[in-house]
Amino acid sequence: MYTTEMGKQPNVKPIGPAEDPALLEAFEARVAADEFIEPKDWMPEAYRRTLVRQISQHAHSEIVGMLPEGNWITRAPSLRRKAILLAKVQDEAGHGLYLYCAAETLGTSRDEMTRALLSGKAKYSTIFNYPTLTWADMGAIGWLVDGAAIMNQVPLQRTSYGPYARAMVRVCKEESFHQRQGYEIMIALANGTAAQKRMAQDALNRWWWPSLMMFGPPDADSPNTAQSMRWRIKRDTNDDLRQKFVDITVPQAEFLGLTIPDPDLKWNEERGAHDYGAIDWEEFYAVVRGEGPVAKERMKARRDAWDEGAWVREAAMAHEAKRKAKAA
Amino acid sequence: MSDEWPLWEVFVRAKGGLNHRHVGSVHAPDSELALRHARDTYTRREEGVSLWVVPSASIVASDPADSGPMFEPAQDKVYRHPTFYDIPDVVTHI
Repeated sequence: MYTTEMGKQPNVKPIGPAEDPALLEAFEARVAADEFIEPKDWMPEAYRRTLVRQISQHAHSEIVGMLPEGNWITRAPSLRRKAILLAKVQDEAGHGLYLYCAAETLGTSRDEMTRALLSGKAKYSTIFNYPTLTWADMGAIGWLVDGAAIMNQVPLQRTSYGPYARAMVRVCKEESFHQRQGYEIMIALANGTAAQKRMAQDALNRWWWPSLMMFGPPDADSPNTAQSMRWRIKRDTNDDLRQKFVDITVPQAEFLGLTIPDPDLKWNEERGAHDYGAIDWEEFYAVVRGEGPVAKERMKARRDAWDEGAWVREAAMAHEAKRKAKAA
Repeated sequence: MSDEWPLWEVFVRAKGGLNHRHVGSVHAPDSELALRHARDTYTRREEGVSLWVVPSASIVASDPADSGPMFEPAQDKVYRHPTFYDIPDVVTHI
């Protein structure tokens, strides 16, 4: 799963006044030449901060992203589906960990990032603040949400920060299974009973627009895009990726015999792309602010997990301290 | 939250005959759990046959700012490469 830059953050100051212009110039030249920047290399403070924010939000999204699907593990309709869903949710945990580990190389501790999530200071993808009401949602999430994630993540394998790029290579390798298992669920439902087909259509109706929002605000309202593209932290604009997603998803919906819930959706011969209806950005910003249907539930689940696991973390450290003392 | 589990760097040998290769890191209270976390995090799809975990604090790394003095001296020692030597074409197997 994936999050893109969320909400209307204030413009990141492009360049700190105290930074050495020669170092800065050398850095810009390296990035422009598609070289990778590695943890101990000199980098502008704004680059570091933007990356910490982007990577940690991405990591938080993977972790919170386990909740909507975890909700269905015990109710998966067969052992096969249960094993698959379990493996997928475990992958999301793994993706979160790859990303936290990449962010930590920038000098931010795991605890700082966790604190930022639990206090509500750090954001995660808006998509996870929608509820998963039926089994068909497991299909729609895999197909659409993971599909949108792949669209976002594939270019990030070439992002300029080495540890982030390498984490994305691992993530992308694993993500394709997520999308295919979801689409397979949709195929099964779409070819099932009338009630099953209705369930699939209902899931598509509810997940379509939130999936389009996953690409982030329109380019015109994405103040940091230009700098992030120059720094190769971002490789395509939000609107370009969104368009690409719409164009590849429309025929997939047609194959299922399902209708995308957008009356304005139509092929534009001249552009060689689909036109689609206006996105409700007010809803997006409301969800970013934590007003999503299940935002409170999601945050409560994370806080409870952290609080209730505290004794385990402490006991494990105490045990190791005792063992060391004995050995000494 | 002050007592964060220490960080361990993880190295995986993909198969016999290959070196262990750095893949990332995990947090764990001790070496045994570090190995278990490394297994769950980095080898869910048969990515390896052997794991190393090393406390991150034990890694000593060269400073990228010194990479010039560190590595550039090798650049002007081209005589370390076989192509530096001029051998007539008629001489074979050399």
